[in-house]
Amino acid sequence: MMSAAANLLSSRPSVVNVGLKSFYDNLKGLGVPGVHVDWRPPAAGDPALGKRLAALEGQMDRIAAANREAVSRLFAAQPVWVDVGPAVETIPGFTPSTILHAGPPVPWEKMCGPMRGAVAGALIFEGFAADFEEALAVAGSGKITFAPCHHHSAVGPMAGVISASMPVLVVENRTFGNRAYSHFNNEGGRGTALSFGFCGPEAVNMLRWQRDVLGPAMRDAVRASGGIDLKSLTAKALQMGDECHNRHVASTSLLWRELLPHLARTEVSRRHLQEIADLVARNDWFFLNFSMAACKASLDPVRGIPWCTMVTAMARNGVEAGIRVSGLGDRWFTAPAPAVKGLYFPGFTAEDANPDLGDSAITETCGIGAFAMAAAPAMTKLVGGSVAEAIGYTREMGEITLETNPTFTIPHLDFLGTPTGIDLLKVIETGVTPVINTGIAHRKPGLGMVGAGLVRLPIECFISALEAFSETAAGDGAFAKTG
Amino acid sequence: MVVRSLIKPRTYRDSIRLMSLSTAARSFPGIRQAVAIMGTERNKATLETSGLLTGEAAGARPDDLVIVISGDDARSVDQALESLETLLTDEAPGGDGRSGEYWPRTLGSALKLQPNSNLALISVPGPYAAAEAVKALRRGLHVQVFSDNVALDEEIELKRLARGLGLLVMGPDCGTAIISGVPLGFANVVRRGPVGIVGASGTGIQQVSVLIDRLGSGVSHAIGTGGRDLSDAVGGLTALAALEALDQDPATEVILLLSKPPGVRTAQSVLERAAVCAKPVVVSFLGAAAPSSGRVTGAATLEEAAAKAVALARGESPEGRVEAFPREKLEPVVRAEMAQKDARQRYLRGLFTGGTLADEAIFLLEKSLGPIFSNIPLRPELKLADARKSLGNCVVDLGEDEFTRGRPHPMIDPSYRAERLIMEASDPEVAVLLCDVVLGFGAHPNPAGVLAEAVRTARNVSEGRLTVVASVCGTASDPQDLERQEEILRREGVLVFPSNAYAAEVAGAIARRCAGRGTT
Repeated sequence: MMSAAANLLSSRPSVVNVGLKSFYDNLKGLGVPGVHVDWRPPAAGDPALGKRLAALEGQMDRIAAANREAVSRLFAAQPVWVDVGPAVETIPGFTPSTILHAGPPVPWEKMCGPMRGAVAGALIFEGFAADFEEALAVAGSGKITFAPCHHHSAVGPMAGVISASMPVLVVENRTFGNRAYSHFNNEGGRGTALSFGFCGPEAVNMLRWQRDVLGPAMRDAVRASGGIDLKSLTAKALQMGDECHNRHVASTSLLWRELLPHLARTEVSRRHLQEIADLVARNDWFFLNFSMAACKASLDPVRGIPWCTMVTAMARNGVEAGIRVSGLGDRWFTAPAPAVKGLYFPGFTAEDANPDLGDSAITETCGIGAFAMAAAPAMTKLVGGSVAEAIGYTREMGEITLETNPTFTIPHLDFLGTPTGIDLLKVIETGVTPVINTGIAHRKPGLGMVGAGLVRLPIECFISALEAFSETAAGDGAFAKTG
Repeated sequence: MVVRSLIKPRTYRDSIRLMSLSTAARSFPGIRQAVAIMGTERNKATLETSGLLTGEAAGARPDDLVIVISGDDARSVDQALESLETLLTDEAPGGDGRSGEYWPRTLGSALKLQPNSNLALISVPGPYAAAEAVKALRRGLHVQVFSDNVALDEEIELKRLARGLGLLVMGPDCGTAIISGVPLGFANVVRRGPVGIVGASGTGIQQVSVLIDRLGSGVSHAIGTGGRDLSDAVGGLTALAALEALDQDPATEVILLLSKPPGVRTAQSVLERAAVCAKPVVVSFLGAAAPSSGRVTGAATLEEAAAKAVALARGESPEGRVEAFPREKLEPVVRAEMAQKDARQRYLRGLFTGGTLADEAIFLLEKSLGPIFSNIPLRPELKLADARKSLGNCVVDLGEDEFTRGRPHPMIDPSYRAERLIMEASDPEVAVLLCDVVLGFGAHPNPAGVLAEAVRTARNVSEGRLTVVASVCGTASDPQDLERQEEILRREGVLVFPSNAYAAEVAGAIARRCAGRGTT
C-alpha cells in the first residue's frame, strides 16, 4: 500500500510558493518547477475570512460547476432591443403611482439629494405636483410606491428614476426569453439631466418630449427593424474606443446608424425628425441606457443558481451600494456608498459631490465599463489617471472574474476578452474589489453633474455576502433557486 | 523629537519587504526609529510598547500598511516619509505586466499555470497560514508551512485533515525540508544518499544533513515536522506519517529522527513506530535520554546521530560511534589559548543563530561548566533577566522572538550578533566566545565574513586574549561554500570545528580551564 507521501517522495517536487518570494527565487535558480503566488491577505486582512474560504474548498466542485453554468448562460445571452412603451403599460408590476429608483431599496426619507431632485422632476412631469416643494410633500405622503428598478427587471443610470408615463426601451434576451427595461437617456445637453437630480423646466420638458415624440418614434422604428442586436453593437463599439458605461460616442453613433433607415420609413413628422436629429447630435450618452438594459437582460437568467458565487448585480442609490450573488438569489448585501475619486468640472470640488449613485455598475457586472477600460484609454481624460493605469484596471479585474469574454475583445491587447463574471470568492481571497467608472452628481437636488471618476464597490458588501454564502453552505446548502 | 505616521490603506507587503523598508527609513538623516508593518493588532501592540502608536496607526486595519517614523525634527521625518512613499509606489509587486513576469494572486490561479504541482510552500503571516494550507490540501497538494504563530488547534485540525487525505503537512514553523534532493526553505545543498531524516527542528536538520554529507554519505529526504509536532497535544501526527513514508521509500535505507524532547505519550508512540520500521532508525531527542532497542539506536547529540546513521547506511555497527570526527588532542589547544589570558577571564558566552545548535551547546556545556544561563535555559532559574545582557556562563539564542521583532532572523542578518560579540569582548570576565555559522539557501551570503570582521574588532577591544570557537554548518555545494567560509574564520584566529558538538566541547574545556585557575 502506498504511503501518504509516496507521491511526494518519488519525484522532484513541483512547488507552489505562497509568501516570501526569495524561496521561489531559490527554486528557480535550481531549475525546480515552481510558480510564485503574489499573495495578499484576504479581504480587510481578516484571517476569519481566509478560514471561511478554506472551509468552502471542500465544496469547490459544486461551486465550480455552478459557476460554469452561470458563465455559459451569460455568454449565451442575446440581448435585442425589441420595443418601446410607457412604463406603466410595459414594466411588470408597475402602477400609476410607482416610482422606480436606482440601487438597493431606500426609503424616501433617506434618499440622497440628486435622487430627491429626480423624483421631484418625475412627479411634476406626471402631474402629481406643480413645483419642487409640492413634489417633496407628495413624495413623503405615502401615496407614491417607491421600489428599486432591479425589482422590476429594470435599470436606470444615476438616480435611475422611472415613472409611469416615461417611455421605456424593452430589451429581450432571445436565448432565455426574459426582458429588461430602462428609460431613455435624459441628458439634453448643458447638464440638465433628470438622472443627475436636475428638476427644473428643461428636465421636465425633456420628459414630456420623450413621452410625446421620442418614445412613439423609437417604438415605430424598432418594431419596423425587427429588433436591434445590442450585443454585437457593443462588441463593435468596444473596438472603437468605447467602454459602454461612460463613453458612448461610438456605440451611440452605431445605434443611430442602424436605426435611421427604419426611422426614416416610419410616419414620424418632419419636425419631429428634426428634433430627434438634434438630440442625436448632442447626446453622446444615448446608448448608455441600452447598454445597461442589455447587461441586465443578460445577467437576469444567471440569478438563483445554487452554489453559484457569480455577482449578478452591483447597484448604488447614493446612500448605499449593494450587490446580489447568484446562489444567494435576490438578497442585497449593502454598505455605505463610497465617495468617487475623480475630476471635477470648473467650480466644483469633492465637497460638492454626492456619494456613488446608479444602476450603471450593471455594465461592470457584465464585463464592460471600467472592466474594459483598456479598450477606452480616452476615458482617462474624463476620470483621470494614465493610459497604463486604464490597461492595468482591465488586467486587475482578471484576478476577480471567472472568464474572459468571447464576444467583447480588445484588439490592441491581442484581442484579449474583457474580464467577465465577478466571483465573490476571488474578491474575498484577493481583497481586490470591482472598479467602476461613473459620473458624479451634486449632492444637492437640482444642481446636476459635477464631474466623473472612479470608485470601488465596498469590500463590506462582499464580506457580508460571503458570510451568508458560507453559512448556507455549512448549513443545509439550501441556496436560492432560479426565481 | 517628532513622531509621524503614514497609512497606505489596503496595501500589502510581505515581512521581508517591510523589513527592508524599515531599514531604508532608519538610514535617512535625522531619523531615530522607523517601523513599517501591517496594521494587525499584534503589530499595533508592538508600536505601542515602542511609543510609536500614533492615533492614525491605532485606527489602521490589518490590511493597511503602517509606517511610523520618529526623528529629530519635523522636516527630517516628513522627508523620510516622502522618500518611503516613493519607494513604495515605485515597486511593482508583480501581476500587471510591468515587471515582465506575471505572478498569479491566488493558489487557484497558480494551479491553472502549473496543474501538476504537488507541494505548497507557505510563508505568509501566521494568522493566515492555516487557511492557505487547508486550501492547498483540498487541492491535493502536500504542504510545507514555514510560517510560525499558527494556533495549536489550527495545527491539529490541519494535520488531521492531511491524514484523512493521505497528504503530508510539514510544519507549522518548518523552516527546513529537503525533498528528493531539493532544498526547501532554509536548507543546504546536500549530496543525495540513503539517509532519510525526520526532524522537528530546522537547524537540527541542517546540522545532521551537512554532517552526513561531510562524512561522504547523503540524504534521501529530510521531512520537517514543525517544532510542535511531537508535543502530546499534536501527538507526532507528521512524525508518524513521515516515518511511514520513509520506511516505504526505496531511496531511503536508514531513518534518522530528531526532535527536542517530545511529550511523554508521543515519545512512546513514535518509538513504538520506529521499532517496527523495516529500516534501522537512529533517534535523537537532543539531550533527553535516547533509548536503544532492537533496530532503534539512540543518539545524544546531532553529531552522534549523523555518525550512527552513516555507519548503519554502510552496513556497519553504530555501536560506540559517538563522534563523527576523530578528536584531536585537546591539551595543546587549551594550553595555547590559555597563554595570553588575563587573570579575570573566566566565562564562556555562546552567541547562536540556530536554536537547536544553542540547545545542544547548553546540554554539552553543562557537563563541563555546570549551570548555563540562557534565554532558552534548561531550567527556569537559569533564565536571563534581560536577553541582551549576558551573565556568567551563558548561551543566547539570537533567533528568539525578543531579538527578531522587526528585525530579520540572525541567519539572514547576522549584524546584531556581530554587535553583541564586540560587546561581550569588552567584558573583562569573558574568556571564550562560541558561535554557529549557518550556510545554505536563505542564509546570509557571507556569514563567516561578518563574524570574522566582528572578531577582528573584538580583539582590539578585549584586554586579555579572546578565544573564539565556531562550527560552520554547511557543505561545499552551498552558495557560500563551506571551505571558503571556514578559511575566512581561521584566518581571523577562530578555532573552527566540523560540528557544533565538537566546537562546544572544546569551548567548554577552555572555559573550564579558565575557571579552574586558582582564584581565592
